[in-house]
Amino acid sequence: MNSAVPAPAPVPASGRQRPTDWKGTVMQGRIARRYKAERSFRLIGLSAVVMSGLFLAFLLITMVGNGLRGFTYTSVAVPVDFSASPLTVSRDAYDAPDIDQQLGSAGLPDIVAFAAEEALGPGGDKIVSENAWKTVRDALKADPDSAALRGVFDLPVASDIDIAAKADGSAEAERVVAMLKAKGLLSTGIHWPFFRNADATDPAVAGIWGALKGSLMTIAIAFLVAFPTGVLAALYLEEYAPKNRWTDMIEVSINNLAAVPSIIFGLLALAVFIQFFGICQASPLVGGLTLALMTMPVIVIASRNAIKAVPPSIRDAALGVGASPVQVVFHHVLPLALPGIMTGTIIGMARALGETAPLLLVGMRAFIGDVPSGLCSASTVLPMQIFLWSDEVDRGFVEKTSAAIIVLLIVLLSMNAFAIYLRNRFEKRW
Amino acid sequence: MGGTTNILLLLVIGLGLVGWLSARARAAMLAVRTGERLHSLPNYHGWYVALWLVIPAALFVALWGNITPALVTNQVLASPAAANLPQQGFERAAILSEARSVASGQKPAATNPLAGPLVPSYRDATHRFQTIGIIAALALIVAGGAFSFSRVTPQFRARARVERLIMVLLVAASLIAILTTFGIVLSLLFESLRFFALVSPAELLFGTNWAPTAGVPQPGTFGAIPLFWGTILIGAIIAMIVAIPIGMMSAIYLTQYAKPRVRQWVKPMLEILAGVPTVVYGYFAALTIAPAIRNFAVMVGIPNASTESALAAGLVMGIMIIPFVSSMADDSINAVPQAMRDGSLALGATSNETIRQVLIPAALPGVMGGILLAVSRAIGETMIVVMAAGLSANMTANPFASVTTVTAQIVKLLTGDQEFDSAKTLAAFALGLVLFVVTLLLNIAALRIVKKYREAYE
Repeated sequence: MNSAVPAPAPVPASGRQRPTDWKGTVMQGRIARRYKAERSFRLIGLSAVVMSGLFLAFLLITMVGNGLRGFTYTSVAVPVDFSASPLTVSRDAYDAPDIDQQLGSAGLPDIVAFAAEEALGPGGDKIVSENAWKTVRDALKADPDSAALRGVFDLPVASDIDIAAKADGSAEAERVVAMLKAKGLLSTGIHWPFFRNADATDPAVAGIWGALKGSLMTIAIAFLVAFPTGVLAALYLEEYAPKNRWTDMIEVSINNLAAVPSIIFGLLALAVFIQFFGICQASPLVGGLTLALMTMPVIVIASRNAIKAVPPSIRDAALGVGASPVQVVFHHVLPLALPGIMTGTIIGMARALGETAPLLLVGMRAFIGDVPSGLCSASTVLPMQIFLWSDEVDRGFVEKTSAAIIVLLIVLLSMNAFAIYLRNRFEKRW
Repeated sequence: MGGTTNILLLLVIGLGLVGWLSARARAAMLAVRTGERLHSLPNYHGWYVALWLVIPAALFVALWGNITPALVTNQVLASPAAANLPQQGFERAAILSEARSVASGQKPAATNPLAGPLVPSYRDATHRFQTIGIIAALALIVAGGAFSFSRVTPQFRARARVERLIMVLLVAASLIAILTTFGIVLSLLFESLRFFALVSPAELLFGTNWAPTAGVPQPGTFGAIPLFWGTILIGAIIAMIVAIPIGMMSAIYLTQYAKPRVRQWVKPMLEILAGVPTVVYGYFAALTIAPAIRNFAVMVGIPNASTESALAAGLVMGIMIIPFVSSMADDSINAVPQAMRDGSLALGATSNETIRQVLIPAALPGVMGGILLAVSRAIGETMIVVMAAGLSANMTANPFASVTTVTAQIVKLLTGDQEFDSAKTLAAFALGLVLFVVTLLLNIAALRIVKKYREAYE
C-alpha cells in the first residue's frame, strides 16, 4: 500500500492539519498512477478469462475441424457383373444364419476385387477398401435376386484414398483421386457404418456403435448401483445419523473418496472385483461397478446438499400431523429434494461416462471387434475407443478419433444441459 | 442353474406381489369387520408380508445358486464313472467342465472320451439339486408367508417392522462408503506387502533407476524417484504455473469486475472446460500441443526435445485444472465478509488495491487449500500423461524432454501381457499406495486449512 497511500501532510505548528492539495501535480500524478494500475489489473483479469475461453474454443475447433470429416466417407462407383462370374451361393441360402460367412467363402471378395480392377484399371483393387465386398454383401442380402445380374455399387475406397479425397494425402493417392474425380466416379456421403459397427482395423469399416453400446450398458450398471445407495446413504447421514464416531468416519471417508484419483478405483476393482470375486473381466458389469464406486461419493455429496436445502418447517409440519420419521423423509423430504439429487446424479454420471483411467485397469482396453451382446461380454467404452484409436498408425483413424470425440462431447453436453434444465425447472428456492 | 434361478426369482417376486395384495386386503377387511382402528395402514401390512415372502427366499436362492455347482461336482466325483479321471491338474478340470457344458446343453457332444460317461451323472446331480432347491425355496416362501400372514391383526405394528428394515437398508447403504475406503486401503496394502517381500520399500522410495523387467526382480530397477519427479514436474510445477494465475485472475475478474451478463456466459464456459473428459485433453495434447512444442524447441535449439514432452502434458493439465482453481478461489473470495471490502473501499482504496491488499490476504488460506486440492488432482490425473508425457523415466528439469509419472507407470505395468503375481504388476499396487497416501494427505491438509479459515469469519 506504500505507493498508493498519500504521505501524511506535514502538521503545521498551529496543530491544525493543512488540507491535502488534491489538485496539485504530485497528487494528480499519484491518482493517475493508481487508476492506471487499476485498469491494467482489470485487463489482466479479463485476459485470464479470455484466455480460458480461447483454450476451449481452440480445443473445440480442432476437434470439430478434424472430426467432421470422420462422419463422411468417399466411395467409388464400381460395376460388378455377377453374370460373368456367378456366385456359388444358392438363392435359398440367403435365409441361412451364416450367410455372411457363406458369401465370404464363395469368392465374393475376389469378385469385387476383380470388378474393381476391371473398372478402375490395374491396381484398382487397391483403390477400394479391403472390406468393400461387405458393402456388396449387404446389398445382396437386402436384394438376393440381384445376385444374378450386373449392378453398380458405391464401394468405400481405401483409407489413404479417402484421406487424399478429403484432405492432403500422399502424392500417389492424390493422383488416383484426380483420375477418379475426372471420371466422375467419386462421391462423398454420410458414413453410416461409423454409427453401426464396432471397432475394426480398417478405418473404412470401424465404427463407434460397439463402444457406445458398451458405454450405455456400463453407465446403466453404474447408475443402478450408485444412485440408490448414494441417495439412501445421504438420507441416513442427513436425517437420521446420530453424531458419533461411526458417522464421523462415514463422513470423512465419503469426502475423501470424492477426491481419490480415479485410477485408484481401477486398482481396487482389479484386486477385488476381478482377482477376488472373479467377475467377468473387461465387461460392462465390472466397468459399471467400478464407476459406481467412483460416482457414489459424488451422488452422496450432491444429495446431502439437496436434502439440506429442504426447510425444516416441512419436516416439523409432517411430524406434527403424526407422520413417522421414515414417512417424513420418504413422503416429503425426498420428493422435494429429488430435482437437486437428480441434477447432481446426472453430472456425476456424465463424469463417469467420460472416465477412462480406471477402466484401463479392468481390461477394457482390448480390441473388441463385435458389438457387445450382454453385461458379461467383453466390451469397450467410448472414451476408451478414443484412446485406442488415438494410438493407431493408420492416418484414417485421426478423423475417426475426433469424430468419436465429437459424439462423446455431444452426449456429455446434452446430459449436462438436461441437468441444468432440471435444476431450473424443478428446483424450488425456499 | 441360471435359467432355474431366474424362474425361481420370478416366482418369488410374483408370490411376493400376491402376498402384498392379500395382506393388504385382509388388513382392510379386518378393520371393517372388527371395527377396531388399525395400528398401521393396510399398505404396511402388505409390505410386511411381501418382505417376509421375498427376502428369506431370495437370500436362499442366491446362496443356493452359488453352492450347487460345488455340490453337483462332489456328487459326480463320488459316482463310479469318475473313478478313471486323472487325479490332479488342468486336465481333470477341463474334463469336468466339458461334461458340465454338455450336460447343460451348451455343447452338443463330448469330444474327450473320459467326459462322455460323466454326462449322465452330471445331469442327474444337477436335476436333483435343482429339485431340492426349488422345494426348499417354496417351503421357505410358504413358511414366511404363513408366519407373517398370521400376524396381520389390527393391533399389529406392521409399520414399525417395515420401517426398521428401511433403517437397516439406510445404514447398510452408508456403510458402503466405509467399505470402499477399507477395500482400497486393504487391497493396496495387501498387494504392496507382497511387492515389498520382493523389493525393499527403501529401494522403491529412494532408488533412482526405474527399469522394471518381467520375471525375478533385478536389484536396483525399482527406484521410483524418477517417477515422483516426473509427477511433480508435470502436476505440481508446470500445471500449476498455468492454472494458478489464470484461475485466480478469472475468479477475481468474475467476482469483482464482471457484469452479471458476462458472468452468466463465462461460468458455463468454465463448467464446460471442467466437463471435457480427460481422454479428450490427452488427445488434444498429443495431437496438437506436443508437436507444436517440439517444433518450437527444435527451432530455438533446445537439446533432447521430444514429442512427448513434460511441457505439453503439463500445459494441458493446467488448462484442465483452471476451472477447479477458479471455483475454489471464487468460493474463498466470496466468503470474505463484505464489511472488510466496504471498509477498504471507504478508506479510498481502489478496487485493485482492495483486492490485492484486503481480499486476497483474507482469502489466502482458502485459496491455499484450493491449490492443494488442485495439486492432488493433477498428480492423480492419468489419461493426459499416458497419452502425452511418454514412458521414459528421466530425471531432468528440462520441460521439453520426456518424463513419466506414477499414474502413467501404473497403467503401463498393468496393461501388458504378464501374469498377475510378477513383481512388475505388484509394483503398480505399491505405486498406487504411494499415490493414495499422498493425495489423501493433501486432501486432509486442504480440508483442514479451509475449515479453519471458514471458522475464523463465521
